[in-house]
Amino acid sequence: MTDLETFRADTRAWLESNCPKEMRRPITSEKDLCWGGRNWTYQSDAQRVWLERMAERGWTVPHWPREYGGGGLSPEEAKILSEEMARIGARAPLTSFGISMLGPALLKFGTEAQKKRFLPEIARGEVRWCQGYSEPGAGSDLAGLQTKAEDKGDHWLVNGQKVWTSYADQADWIFCLVRTSSESKQGGISFILFDMASPGVSTRPILLISGSSPFCETFFDDVKVPKDQVVGEVNKGWDVAKYLLGHEREMIAGMGLGRSGGALGAALRPDDPLLRADIAAFDVDSLAFQAMSERFFVLFKAGEAHPASPSMMKYAGTELNKRRHELIMAAGGSEALEWNSERSKNGKAARDWLRTKANSIEGGTSEIQLNIVAKHILRMPGT
Amino acid sequence: MLLTDDQKMLQETAASFLAEEGGPAKQLRHWRDTGCKDGFGHALWRRFGELGLTGICIPEADGGLGLGATEAALVLEEIGRNLTPSPFLMTAVAAARTIEDTAHGKRWYPKILSGEAVLALAIDEGRRHAPEATVMAAKRQGNGFVLSGAKQFVVQGASADMLLVAARTAGSPGEKDGITLFAVERESKGLDVDNVMLADSSRAARLTFDNVALDADCVVGEVDGGWQPLSRALGAGRAGAAAELVGVAAGASNLSLDYLRQRKQFGKLIGEFQALQHRAAHLYGEIEIARAAAFKAAQLLDGGDQQAELIVSVAKAKAGAAANLAVKEGVQMHGGIGMTDEHDIGLYMKREAVLSELFGDIYYHRNRVAELSGY
Repeated sequence: MTDLETFRADTRAWLESNCPKEMRRPITSEKDLCWGGRNWTYQSDAQRVWLERMAERGWTVPHWPREYGGGGLSPEEAKILSEEMARIGARAPLTSFGISMLGPALLKFGTEAQKKRFLPEIARGEVRWCQGYSEPGAGSDLAGLQTKAEDKGDHWLVNGQKVWTSYADQADWIFCLVRTSSESKQGGISFILFDMASPGVSTRPILLISGSSPFCETFFDDVKVPKDQVVGEVNKGWDVAKYLLGHEREMIAGMGLGRSGGALGAALRPDDPLLRADIAAFDVDSLAFQAMSERFFVLFKAGEAHPASPSMMKYAGTELNKRRHELIMAAGGSEALEWNSERSKNGKAARDWLRTKANSIEGGTSEIQLNIVAKHILRMPGT
Repeated sequence: MLLTDDQKMLQETAASFLAEEGGPAKQLRHWRDTGCKDGFGHALWRRFGELGLTGICIPEADGGLGLGATEAALVLEEIGRNLTPSPFLMTAVAAARTIEDTAHGKRWYPKILSGEAVLALAIDEGRRHAPEATVMAAKRQGNGFVLSGAKQFVVQGASADMLLVAARTAGSPGEKDGITLFAVERESKGLDVDNVMLADSSRAARLTFDNVALDADCVVGEVDGGWQPLSRALGAGRAGAAAELVGVAAGASNLSLDYLRQRKQFGKLIGEFQALQHRAAHLYGEIEIARAAAFKAAQLLDGGDQQAELIVSVAKAKAGAAANLAVKEGVQMHGGIGMTDEHDIGLYMKREAVLSELFGDIYYHRNRVAELSGY
């Protein structure tokens, strides 16, 4: 047997013995996710055990170096682990912004001390992170952010406000873009890390038109942040942010926005001929986009996709998703308008429909995505 | 889903051949303005033969390349991009696939390969595509049949050496069973051909069959079982038309982007205006998606996949919609000059209209998607 074959056999055996049966069921809702962190209440013993066992091997982050709490696996080994987990339907033991966003940033821009300090706790699911980017005055124009970090010698003094901070009220630490100089727009931004339990930090959840959400407003009132908690250089935080945004785009691309599912009309069974016609038109677009997603996934893996093509995918996929829910509401008629009955599953149809309106806004608005396509793919003048 | 090296080479060959020799100046406009009754050049068709492109859908055992819908799609996109009038779609793709494994194949493949023969499909009987609704009757007479009725929108019908005609030998209009496919020679007694010019300068024929007598060996496949060879024609034709539509969309869009990058008004290049940038970016995505759908349809057809019929209809509808958007944006974005015959953008608009109608329009295929999906 080759080394890889041995690895596969060992992995399969270990998973069989160590992945609880409960953890072999697919994640069907947000409630099934394990976020970890200081305040985490495990939903079950199985969830706790699964995280502990995987964390001990560093397999919550299989591709990270061992010295930072990772599994130290090669890409081939990581692929094998992924396949073997999929084979038994084993769910990811940990969902974490620390893994998906901060980790890659630290690995690229962090000091050795920062990597040793922060990465292992992320890998073990002991620290839960949130992202402080957008502000009321800085959404699409993120570089226009105004949360200030004043140089006080041995620490930064942070004052300002963030918005759309997911799970800020549950998180232990925050990675945050702050303004350390007013002399340059992008060139005056720093990427800093601090404890959400620091004096002066407060959060307020945001109620959406669709009901409750994980989003929060986060307020900073004279928050002291130690100097060694800047990632990368002072005033060079925009480079870190850009790197993360690119990484986020790759993740979105890897996830595959297209659903693998049949025609919407098969599920809705419209009896109105005009509604049927609209649903059929949607199904043409949806099934075509599914073909595009399959193709994009292959091109992306082969390194042949245009780097800006995730923008085209995100734009088309999110606009399609909004249309889908408009049609579901139309087919559901007045019953789909129920907001909190048991029959309507607490207004699932109406809440989902409203929530999708954010899809074309979050992660870069549709208008921004079109700008990106126009500039980077079509190379339009003046961009 | 990624092209093989051979497919890339084929694509490059077709792209340079058609850009060099197949463009509007040398072909479409030339045949239109000289009043050519075929609307395409026979010399160019023979060049298709020389390059081996005519053999893509013909089995290797019969002297062809033994490839499939995927390779045909690569050629068809270039045909669409260059607005090249040719018998490729109808003769080398749709008809060739229809007559495979029959005596008709053996008879016609050599001449198709050389770029000498032209074949046509006579299916439509009304202004909208509805193959199951075939009314035209084929009555038994002795050992053979007698055909009476009419067909329309028979692409290249007046140029064809042989016509594949769908007629009813049993059953009622609306039923697939009872349709028989016949191979009818152009010079048949009782066959009247009205050569009609369409908006895109291509030719389609209205055929009248007045007791056209056919031998039993004119049947393609089985009597009453014509739906089988016919569905090969429809599948290949629809997927092929979808690929050509993607090319039309890409060609029109490229002209528009060039114009946005060159045209100056109000002291700026008009491509600097965000409204136009957004429309161009939206259109780009629609064309990419249509291409992916057309490609998937071709691959599923080649693989004999169960899902092929559904995705072929998705592709035809999507490519039609994307091309429709591309040509409307194309004329509009060019402003006044786009309305002139001198500019090529209007030619794309006219071609899209014909291709979208061919083998079922957007409405037809949306309905097919719904029916095949069970609603």
